[in-house]
Amino acid sequence: MSDEHIDEISGVSTTSHEWDGIRELNNPLPRWWVVTFYVTIVWAIGYTIAYPAWPLLHSATKGVLGYSSRNEVKNELTAAEAAKGKYVAAVESKSVSEIAADDTLREFAVAAGGAAFKVNCVQCHGSGAQGSKGFPNLNDDDWLWGGKAEQIQQTITHGIRFASDPDTRLSEMPAFGDIITADQIAQVSAYVASLSGKVQDASLIAPGAKVFAENCVSCHGDNAKGNKELGAPDLTDAIWLYGSGETAIAAQVRAPKQGVMPAWGARLGEAKVKELAVYVHSLGGGE
Amino acid sequence: MGRLPPARVEVHVLDNTQVERLEAEAVNSAKVRQPMYAARKKIFPKRASGSFRQFKWLVMAITLGIYYLTPWLRWDRGPFAPDQAVLLDLANRRFYFFLIEIWPQEFYYVAGLLVMAGVGLFLVTSTVGRAWCGYTCPQTVWVDLFLVVERAIEGDRNARMKLDAGPWTARKLVLRVSKHAIWLVIGAATGGAWIFYFADAPTLVGELFTGTAAPVAYITVAVLTATTYTFGGLMREQVCTYMCPWPRIQAAMLDESSLTVTYNDWRGEPRSRHAKKVQAAGQPVGDCVDCNACVAVCPMGIDIRDGQQLECITCALCIDACDGVMDKLGKERGLISYATLSDYNANMMLATAGGSGSVNPSLVRTADGLFSDKVAHFHIRKIFRPRTYVYMGLWSLIGLGLLYSLLTRDRLEVNVLHDRNPQFVTLSDGSIRNGYTVKLLNMIPEPRTIVVTMQGLPGAEMSVVGDDIPAGRSFAIPVEPDRLKMLKVFVRQPVGQIRGIAQTFKFRVEDKASFEADEYTATFNAPETAR
Repeated sequence: MSDEHIDEISGVSTTSHEWDGIRELNNPLPRWWVVTFYVTIVWAIGYTIAYPAWPLLHSATKGVLGYSSRNEVKNELTAAEAAKGKYVAAVESKSVSEIAADDTLREFAVAAGGAAFKVNCVQCHGSGAQGSKGFPNLNDDDWLWGGKAEQIQQTITHGIRFASDPDTRLSEMPAFGDIITADQIAQVSAYVASLSGKVQDASLIAPGAKVFAENCVSCHGDNAKGNKELGAPDLTDAIWLYGSGETAIAAQVRAPKQGVMPAWGARLGEAKVKELAVYVHSLGGGE
Repeated sequence: MGRLPPARVEVHVLDNTQVERLEAEAVNSAKVRQPMYAARKKIFPKRASGSFRQFKWLVMAITLGIYYLTPWLRWDRGPFAPDQAVLLDLANRRFYFFLIEIWPQEFYYVAGLLVMAGVGLFLVTSTVGRAWCGYTCPQTVWVDLFLVVERAIEGDRNARMKLDAGPWTARKLVLRVSKHAIWLVIGAATGGAWIFYFADAPTLVGELFTGTAAPVAYITVAVLTATTYTFGGLMREQVCTYMCPWPRIQAAMLDESSLTVTYNDWRGEPRSRHAKKVQAAGQPVGDCVDCNACVAVCPMGIDIRDGQQLECITCALCIDACDGVMDKLGKERGLISYATLSDYNANMMLATAGGSGSVNPSLVRTADGLFSDKVAHFHIRKIFRPRTYVYMGLWSLIGLGLLYSLLTRDRLEVNVLHDRNPQFVTLSDGSIRNGYTVKLLNMIPEPRTIVVTMQGLPGAEMSVVGDDIPAGRSFAIPVEPDRLKMLKVFVRQPVGQIRGIAQTFKFRVEDKASFEADEYTATFNAPETAR
């Protein structure tokens, strides 16, 4: 320091910088502090040798300890798999009803099934399993193919109208646009709509009932309550997969849309399907 | 403390030159400052004796006693809760303090206590200066404890200085090894006591010595042993001077009415080893005989006669040392004393004849050698001033608020989370169902049966998932002691009775035995088309 300045009051030299008449004292640092500072530098160098650190052209140095965060995650996942192993084994050996009856196992299956649902099912059924037009809501108590845990398991395992699975749930509603007249379609739509609500032209109901009896009862039943064996929906309730009201019903009678659900049994394995079945059953509509 | 006591009548009054002069110099003296990196200057505090030293022994016994003994106190809470009076049960997320049990969501009590501690620190600092630093700070207490060990093994100041300067002999080796060994044992005991606050102490002590305790227990003991040994034995005053933020903050807390340890140069200066010669030469002479006793006893290694300084922790040991010397000289005690800046300034004005010249101690004394009436002494009144009223008021207000909240707090609570996805489900008969996660909090260490009832929402019924509870508007359910019970509840309202897309209703929970109850107002959502 060329122009050493000594503070008069403390007798300490200053850093020679001045801000509005205020100077900074240049008190000595404690030696242990300085030593600690150098130790941290040495430590940092050692750290970059021990752990992955220095960037190279296409990668980075690996570090002599061989640490990698990917391995860490892998180990943690392995440990997690091992920790839940006994529950998975129990799920594999028991039926879905037995799982649902056991508090601990049900809790495990609901959690595991919920996670699997988020990955595999939300694309169609929605993140809250609330469904949308054409994709059934799994929270309610209306089931096309049955809402018992075993029936849900069957549906998930083999799918619906899934051509490559021979055991898939299969039914097909004919396109009545080619079979009956447009007037008859309007009549039968009015009749079906009247089963759960009001219709505009009540005079259509009686002829509609006749059309229904001639064409529809074989699947939907005499009282239009549907048939779960055939996946034929109940037409008297408040839940409509392809929309309520005469227009939506007429469209479905003329050229029905038929939903397809993939078979998950081969893809996810039996245990995961059971967990999914228990989860879906627990959503509030399970029978 | 502030009032200068009358001089003790001694039969054999010493002359100034007969007082032993100690070779001591302040570590932060401007004369010896080094330009760049400074090695720590070793400090060998001499043993002090006097009323402040007595008080400090007492404070040390009490604070160490509280620290080491508290985990061993028992408190019967019945069969469903631990019987340790003070326990931080991190695994179960419960904090027990005698009568009080705190759940994590009640942590604001601890936050409130911390705020009180902060305001209390302001209050104490604004009245009696850095009393926290000087008497109760763990750093001060443990350094004091370590110094007791050092003195017991190596002797007092002179013996220690001699030993330190001397060559490495077998004796020195034995003394040093035993000193550090005892320090390490104290460090281990400190770390050891700490972990007992976090688990059942009698169980843990057994596990600790049989090697079956959790690794975190050993790690904690090891870390605290290392820090206690390093801070209390090796770094000592360096912790206060360089590491602690409080010396910087306290400067803003002190004002001219705060008591601080003060060298009263209005009666001490000009200091002289040869008062009689100086007096004979007609020069003024003060009470200070420049014996350095105040420097020698200082655990911070400073000279209080340089004035108030950042390093001073106001431990008052220099007061004891100086009072001892004043007694021997037959002079009034209090050359170094607790004094306020305003008193000190008033007395300085008196001694310097209005600040016009250097100190002339004869100006503060009457002809017969006693203090003049004009000398200002501390009066307890000075503690009571707007600033301390504000701190005291704030402190009491927070304290009373916490106490009120503690006395009226609920030990039975209900929290409800409404399902958002889906918000509602239309069922096949047209009725609407909403899902809720209902959390029942039984916050006492006894099992209870809780009755959950719906209020409002006409026609609606509850059903509970997983339990064999029939649908209805009320159900009873057992809840384990000191636990939270989580229920999935579906509420279903028939289509004809739905009034609006968002109706409110209440979940009421009640313990029929104690009549404790809590309510939660929840919302029931329905689609526009369901009305």
